[in-house]
Amino acid sequence: MLPIIFVMPIIQLCILVFAATYDMKNTNLYVVDKDLSSHSRELISKFNGSPFFTVKDLGFSVDAGEKELFKDKVDAILVFEKGFGNDVDLKRPAGVQVLVNAIDASAAGLYNAYIQAVIQDYNLHLQPKLINAKTRQPIQIVDNSYSHLFNPEMDYIPYMLPGILVLLVTVIGLFLSAMNVVREKEIGTIEQINVTPIKKYQFLIGKLIPFLIIGFFELGVGLLLATFVFKIPFLGSLGLIYLVAFVYLLVVLGIGLLISTQTDTQQQAMFIAWFFMVVFIMMSGLFTPVESMPEWGQKLNFLNPVSYFIKMIRMIMLKGSGFKDVMRELGILGLYGIAMLTIAVNRYRKVS
Amino acid sequence: MKDEKQVIRVRNLFKKFGDFTANHDLSFDVYKGEIFGFLGANGAGKTTAIKILSGLSYPTSGEIEVAGFDVYKQRELLKRNIGYMSQKFSLYEDLTVYENIRFYGGIYGLSRKEIKMKADELLTTLNLEHVRNKRIGELPLGWKQKLAFSVAILHNPDIVFLDEPTGGVDPVTRRQFWDLIYEASRKGITVFVTTHYMDEAEYCDRVSIMVDGKIEALDTPSELKKQFEAKDMDAVFLRLARNSSYQE
Ligand SMILES: Nc1ncnc2c1ncn2[C@@H]1O[C@H](COP(=O)(O)OP(=O)(O)O)[C@@H](O)[C@H]1O
Ligand SMILES: [Mg+2]
Repeated sequence: MLPIIFVMPIIQLCILVFAATYDMKNTNLYVVDKDLSSHSRELISKFNGSPFFTVKDLGFSVDAGEKELFKDKVDAILVFEKGFGNDVDLKRPAGVQVLVNAIDASAAGLYNAYIQAVIQDYNLHLQPKLINAKTRQPIQIVDNSYSHLFNPEMDYIPYMLPGILVLLVTVIGLFLSAMNVVREKEIGTIEQINVTPIKKYQFLIGKLIPFLIIGFFELGVGLLLATFVFKIPFLGSLGLIYLVAFVYLLVVLGIGLLISTQTDTQQQAMFIAWFFMVVFIMMSGLFTPVESMPEWGQKLNFLNPVSYFIKMIRMIMLKGSGFKDVMRELGILGLYGIAMLTIAVNRYRKVS
Repeated sequence: MKDEKQVIRVRNLFKKFGDFTANHDLSFDVYKGEIFGFLGANGAGKTTAIKILSGLSYPTSGEIEVAGFDVYKQRELLKRNIGYMSQKFSLYEDLTVYENIRFYGGIYGLSRKEIKMKADELLTTLNLEHVRNKRIGELPLGWKQKLAFSVAILHNPDIVFLDEPTGGVDPVTRRQFWDLIYEASRKGITVFVTTHYMDEAEYCDRVSIMVDGKIEALDTPSELKKQFEAKDMDAVFLRLARNSSYQE
């Protein structure tokens, strides 16, 4: 117990303090340049040169950009209409249109602020001498207008609520399963089980099924509240959400049962389950954008089931993504689930 | 009634926990149909041995065969043919009596019909028909223990291991419990029972007395009394335990 008490919080501190941040790291842009002037190119290269932006793709149609945005390949679209360069040359107000993926309202706020900063910088560079006499502010030549896609009101509830549903399902699933087998060790019923010819996988599957049902039930209640009380848009398919939830619960319950088979007391199991819970949730993208995390943090997230589920449930509910859009994440979760359950079955010992 | 067929054969069984030897060089046989008493003070090593015999824990060394199966290699086969009632009470307290019976019956592969029949028979014998749908947790300890025993032999095992089955219950209930043990023995089930109540030793066909992890005596109760010139098993036990390092 001692190592658990001292080592785990330190690991937690080290991971979370760096990983769960609001820092802006890298925003992927899709640029629609209908102007093709030296000025538009210059501003684009300013974005490219900034450590916060990468121009992922260039094109000529906003639709193509929105497709990329829908697939989560890019976070924002910059649109230069024809005549932009001309306006700049004539020192007339020149507009850049910015379309931001606002599913995550807090991240969208960050994109806006940083995009604004780059454009401001460009304005300064264009007009070092042109200072408004009254305000002493540089006069804006290039201005930008925002559109917030998927969540035009920049409302936090549609963004947070699906993530919170994930959290509920995770807490219930992880804790019930982590406490379960170890509780049987404490009260002694496990011995009566171990002395029977029951197969290990039969025992654990028997444990799994009721928790799956409880998790499904929780999710159902949560979705009902989300749509009818909080009026969250529900664009995707309910069946797909349940399929994702099923695969996800296999992972969470596998981890829980593994914890349970490896511990001797409920106290230990509780502590370890908490550890994973906190790390998973803080890094999941629920509160802070995953993109803000350092490279290694994002790599660690490869093992974080919560981040997959949050990503998928947001895509399905808020964007109406279908099976094909979430297939990759779902596949990874599926393999993960099979691995965890196999390990749990293997590590469970009927003989001491 | 008893034939001389061995159902348990133990040779040089050792069990160590680190430096501590909980079972030291045990060798004995148990024959089909007998009631074998495994006696010893608290901490003598009874539970340790019974867990090894029922496939719940690995011996450190020794040759052990139970119901014709090797405890190293054929543990799961062995488990089909034994019943076990642990020292800790171990039916599910939040399930009803019938649910517990159905659950364990199911694990041993009894059909629904068999389970129902067995449950009726068992509840009638125990006179507990009226608590069939009560949660186990609500019942008095004596009833729970009788139920646990009946559930342990639900699948007609060759041998049943009972680890201090009468711990903490009143003498009347203990007497009734022993009636159940005789009943099982009459059906041909070999009974391996540990206890630290010396009066219960008198009910056994043969007893072994364990002190500090070693078997110090093994014979019928009457032979043991003769050998130690004692008037009852209590006196026999005191003679042996005097050498023990264990302080109560
Ligand atoms: N898992 C274990 N680890 C270390 N020591 C143990 C373990 N199990 C039992 N012991 C020790 O072995 C001795 C015998 O225990 P046990 O077999 O439970 O005795 P009994 O059932 O006769 O009261 C005790 O001293 C106990 O502390
Ligand atoms: Mg004991």
